[in-house]
Amino acid sequence: MANFEFVLPPAPTKDIKVGLGDGDLVKRSASTVSPPAKALTPVAKLIDVSKCIGCKACEVACLEWNDKRTPVGVNVGSYDFPPDLTPDMFTVMKFTEWVNPETKNLEWLIRKDGCMHCEDPGCLKACPAPGAIVQYSNGIVDFDHDKCIGCGYCVKGCPFNIPRISEVDHKAYKCTLCSDRVAVGQGPACAHACPTHAIVFGTKDEMKKHADDRIKDLKSRGFANAGLYDPPGVGGTHVMYVLHHADQPQIYANLPKDPRISPIVELWKGMTKYAGLAAMGAFAVIGLVHHVVTGANRVSPEDEANAEKLTGDRR
Amino acid sequence: MTNSWTDIKNTDLVVIMGGNAAEAHPCGFKWVTEAKANRGAKLIVVDPRFTRSASVADYYAPIRQGTDIAFLLGVINYCMANDKVQWDYVKAFTNAPYIVKEGFTYKDGLFTGYDEARRDYNRSTWDYELGDDGYVKSDLNHPRSVWSLLKQHVSVYTPEMVERICGTPKDKFLKVAQMISECSTPTKTMTSMYALGWTQHSKGSQNIRAMAMLQLILGNIGVRGGGMNALRGHSNIQGLTDLGLMSNLIPGYLTIPTEKETTFDQYMSTRGFKPLLPNQMSYWQNYKKFFVSFLKSIWGDAATAENGFAYDYLPKLDVPSYDVLRIFELMHEGKVNGYFCQGFNPLLSFPNRKKLTAALSKLKFLVIMDPLQTETARFWQNHGEYNDVNSASIQTEVIELPSTCFAEDEGSLTNSGRWLQWHWAGGTPPGEAKHDTWIMAQIFLRLKALYEKEGGAFAEPLVKLDWRYKDPGEPTPEELAKEMNGSAIADVPDPNDPTKLVLQKGKQLVSFAALRDDGTTACGCWIYSGCFNEAGNNMARRSTADPDGTGAYLNWSWSWPVNRRILYNRASADINGKPWDDSRKLLWWDGAKWTGYDVPDIAPTAKPGEVGPFIMNPEGSARLFTRGMMRDGPFPAHYEPFEAPIANVLAPKVRGNPVARVFKGDMEQFGDAKEFPYAATSYRLTEHFHFWTKHSQLNASMQPEFFVEISEQLAKEKNITNGGWVRVWSKRGSVKAKAVVTKRIQPLICDGKAVHVVGIPLHWGFMGETKKGFGPNSLTPYVGDANIETPEYKAFLVDIEPIASGPVA
Repeated sequence: MANFEFVLPPAPTKDIKVGLGDGDLVKRSASTVSPPAKALTPVAKLIDVSKCIGCKACEVACLEWNDKRTPVGVNVGSYDFPPDLTPDMFTVMKFTEWVNPETKNLEWLIRKDGCMHCEDPGCLKACPAPGAIVQYSNGIVDFDHDKCIGCGYCVKGCPFNIPRISEVDHKAYKCTLCSDRVAVGQGPACAHACPTHAIVFGTKDEMKKHADDRIKDLKSRGFANAGLYDPPGVGGTHVMYVLHHADQPQIYANLPKDPRISPIVELWKGMTKYAGLAAMGAFAVIGLVHHVVTGANRVSPEDEANAEKLTGDRR
Repeated sequence: MTNSWTDIKNTDLVVIMGGNAAEAHPCGFKWVTEAKANRGAKLIVVDPRFTRSASVADYYAPIRQGTDIAFLLGVINYCMANDKVQWDYVKAFTNAPYIVKEGFTYKDGLFTGYDEARRDYNRSTWDYELGDDGYVKSDLNHPRSVWSLLKQHVSVYTPEMVERICGTPKDKFLKVAQMISECSTPTKTMTSMYALGWTQHSKGSQNIRAMAMLQLILGNIGVRGGGMNALRGHSNIQGLTDLGLMSNLIPGYLTIPTEKETTFDQYMSTRGFKPLLPNQMSYWQNYKKFFVSFLKSIWGDAATAENGFAYDYLPKLDVPSYDVLRIFELMHEGKVNGYFCQGFNPLLSFPNRKKLTAALSKLKFLVIMDPLQTETARFWQNHGEYNDVNSASIQTEVIELPSTCFAEDEGSLTNSGRWLQWHWAGGTPPGEAKHDTWIMAQIFLRLKALYEKEGGAFAEPLVKLDWRYKDPGEPTPEELAKEMNGSAIADVPDPNDPTKLVLQKGKQLVSFAALRDDGTTACGCWIYSGCFNEAGNNMARRSTADPDGTGAYLNWSWSWPVNRRILYNRASADINGKPWDDSRKLLWWDGAKWTGYDVPDIAPTAKPGEVGPFIMNPEGSARLFTRGMMRDGPFPAHYEPFEAPIANVLAPKVRGNPVARVFKGDMEQFGDAKEFPYAATSYRLTEHFHFWTKHSQLNASMQPEFFVEISEQLAKEKNITNGGWVRVWSKRGSVKAKAVVTKRIQPLICDGKAVHVVGIPLHWGFMGETKKGFGPNSLTPYVGDANIETPEYKAFLVDIEPIASGPVA
């Protein structure tokens, strides 16, 4: 068996209530929370790029677990399908053909892209809708779609360009780290499906220890700069990578070398956010007045037809 | 596989050549990752393309498709020249020291006895020299010893010659050869993982033999982490093969008689398997027991000693085999009326689609048994350029019988590692779909009734079939499995004590060791005997116990033969029965018997030094020189594919494999490099499984559209843009595809000439959820392997050009 014992985060017991509830929140967008009485053990998903064979089992598992489908597209000259994250596609494999300038050998770098679950989440900082983005004490960053207003600020706030706004319901979507599965003591669907254990899930400490072993192995195979990607600029992440060339994360389909939350978002978070919220409130009042004066917006047949198109023929 | 999937974790070096395990066998590939992560094992990939397997390899070397034998004989030459040989193993366990008959030669690409007109050899000199005692003569240093002949045979495959033929840069070849040669020590093992990248050539069997010979020289057969490991492409293709998939075989690798073998005695007279050395087990000496028990299983009471156990009822072959190529050739000639197509999509699976369509159009009826809508079932339907037929001109009646998929039935699947794993139905069949067993039984019962009512020519084999099932209309998977295992059909008293019984009538046999040749036992497939005995359904066992973590898992499912997990495992210990590698013990001699972690592949009390480990061979040794067993030579030799970008540099006059069967008219349909300059190959992608998953929306969205892959250099030369449309054509057909321009394919320099590779994945057709597309078989040549007729899909010639837009549906 593997030298790595697959460890799940603390399973729910009588002492720990089932499910990640409001009492487990450490951060809540545009609002405050009182710290949880008992913090959960921080969890992490570790993606070992050096073990990944790009089979896309994780993509399919993600679609199945979240009951999403992505349309049958066209080939645009690569193996990336779909080519990028979408509101229905929370994870995609990014294939990069990279010629190592030192060895002159081709390396086919395959990185699973998706939400990194930052310890310091830029999306949450940027979000103006109270409670639409939350962070649990185990580190998972989750979206509450009932509260999302679809403004897209989370997209701007994310240093990894992850959230996508649905054209259907105008809500933001991204990987939940399978918070619903984790809440009942299971790992994420992608990790469960991965045939080579390139994706593993456990407590963050365990994952870092496992990564150490993997890095040792990679160094023994000549990857002198093998290392862990757990960028400090966002306070570390709860999705981490083992990279053969950790000194150049950007070669892995533009994984940021030193991701940071945009200074504008930091500024917004600091003080402007509340002024901005006030302004948004003013717009809401204007909207109400507009509604009272001119009546409700009507849905035209064209609107309906367009919505049908957007939802696709599966719905 | 000689070994098992789980055993791969025990290896030091994985060589993936002739396959793409990460891509086509991602779940099994986990054992490679285990070996790498936990043993520090290295992975080498040798392939024309930088594959997904290559993406996680420690070393990748390119090779031109269809030149694997030159590469492997080059490695053997390297090992012999640098004394990287596990000598104790080679001397004791292989036929290296045996002397070959005088007169055997190899010259200008041909072995002794070639007859050009018949495209066949007289193989009489391809054998050992026997002494007056009837045993083989042995002297390693004799100029005609197998070892001396092999040394001479491989000497031409120098690193320079390998580079010239294969296009593998010399330094890369030498690096691979050096890494492989390190496994010649008794404490280092290498595993060979291969698949259709080796079989789908006109010399596919010899590709595999070349590696098997290398593994023997390194002492890697029969040991943990070693072996020749064929990765089977369907979940049960191993089971199908075991049960007589090939048209010249009956279950358990017994052979169908030829029309010259008119009587039972005549058939048996050439199947004596007399040992060629003293004390050898020569296990095929039990052939008669297996064969008679098979006949009893099929015809029951109608098979008697008096009628040669109903030998006359067995079909007799008038040709070497009725393989698919031959059947479609006959169909094309208008000689076939009806065709049953069960779980098979030949319109996309067999070569030269134009010929297949013409052949199917000449049938009176075509029966399709499949859970999915196949292209074959719709061969008559016009789908624009994707299936450009004139439906009105096709008179074939197509009958579709919807069957069930694996998740809707119960039974066993035999995996690559020979494990028979029982599974249970996960769902009920949709609509009118029926299990294949129900369909077959219903057809049988109706035919039988017709024969009984109306009579007919030679009805006995059909009406006398032994059909004792609780519900004759649908035998259960358990009933069929018990029949494979075999049972006693009469009480057999103990010859030493008549009050006791050796076998009790009606009881399941414990294993094939209980089989008898007097008609008192029945057994559907001797190698499966033991799978469902009086202990119960052993295939349903699910214990994960694995003492000392050897990876054997003896109580998980059941493995043929007799639950043995590693074949030839006696060879894991030296001549005295001491394990070669103490840290990787498998079997050892404890002074009185063989013991260890696996079921011994030798009589438990056969003394070491007396009985050789390769018990199926009459000489007890493994064969570096295969006598007359293979049609195209006792050693592998480099032959170009029938369509090759360069001539055979070793034998310029020889085209393709000189004994591969070519039907009339097909030779004229082979293209040459002047007209078709690019070397094409076909392969699978991980997102899909053959032509099934294109019916699944999820898979279809992961890899939606047919494409071909070419190098950046060829793209530039031909003005092809990445993601743009191209037309690819061979002498037999034309397809349109998207172009994927990639660094993963590089031009190779062969015999001084740049060879561009065009990669053509399969998976697309005109039915299902994916975008409509073509299969590579619109282009591929109609020729198969000289021994087993697997079509040459992996190496053929095409031309390519950019086009403005895609096909019109």
